[in-house]
Amino acid sequence: MRMELIQPFINSADAVLAQGLDSQISIGSLSMEEDAYRRKGVAALIYVTGDIEGRVIFDLDSQTAVRVASKFAGTELPESDSLVWETVSELANQVTGNAITALNDQGFHFRVHPPVLHTAEVGSKSSEDTEALVICFETATGNIFMNIALRYNRRRHPEQAAVAGM
Amino acid sequence: MEQFAPVKRAKDGQPIRYLVVDDSVFARKNLARIIGTFGGQVAGEAGDGVTAITEYERIKPDIVLMDITMPQMEGIEAAEKIVVQHPEARIVMVSSVGYQENIVAALQRGARHFVQKPVKPEVLYEVIKYVLGDDATVASAAGAGV
Repeated sequence: MRMELIQPFINSADAVLAQGLDSQISIGSLSMEEDAYRRKGVAALIYVTGDIEGRVIFDLDSQTAVRVASKFAGTELPESDSLVWETVSELANQVTGNAITALNDQGFHFRVHPPVLHTAEVGSKSSEDTEALVICFETATGNIFMNIALRYNRRRHPEQAAVAGM
Repeated sequence: MEQFAPVKRAKDGQPIRYLVVDDSVFARKNLARIIGTFGGQVAGEAGDGVTAITEYERIKPDIVLMDITMPQMEGIEAAEKIVVQHPEARIVMVSSVGYQENIVAALQRGARHFVQKPVKPEVLYEVIKYVLGDDATVASAAGAGV
């Protein structure tokens, strides 16, 4: 997976999380995931289709998800509150949307699908043309994981393929 | 959260009535909280474009805040259908997907403005005042909370 696809997601997550959590964000680790995706806690999944296709997963362990949701809600939320999932979902939506906006300026066209709750413990394994990159954002409220698996759509316009191949 | 000088309807001095449309409950709550700091009132909510149209007919809000990416019917299509029936409708698109084509498509199909998520209250406040124009008055800050 090319860095030009990833960087907008990192920039977007940094901006959205820093604003929402009102704290400094740092990247704790960045790794390629070769094994099947294993959910850590509360996870929101967003599919992207178009010139670039794939999915983005936002994943927080349960306690971190509660702390993040409580921070956004301005009040302590119980783990069972549906707002916990809603918060993770909307964060994923905002990060993906902002990243897609930046990528669109590079000539790629997308459709972002509404977030869905990722309930499976284990997801599909990476493939040669859809590697998954896992980025851990360290925040004052805990670690937030972003798992990105994107690939160029071979059916896209020839001139865009030429640009991407440079 | 910062408080703003209340924006009222010019014709009767009543709070501006909003219809908030977003499939995310979290996003709707967040917008409702921001609207409260403007002295506004959430008159209705919808989680998709189809419900937004029926809610618009029912409550006739002063402003619609409309997400774009939603199930059943997306925001731009819902905005267009509302504006066809109600050309006076004031619809502000609120979306995390803020690229040029999206904004142009929304404006061409009847939206009055566009605000990108995450929403900055001060940005939305200025957009609301701009979209309402002479149909709104801004109370003095000293009058806030009265």
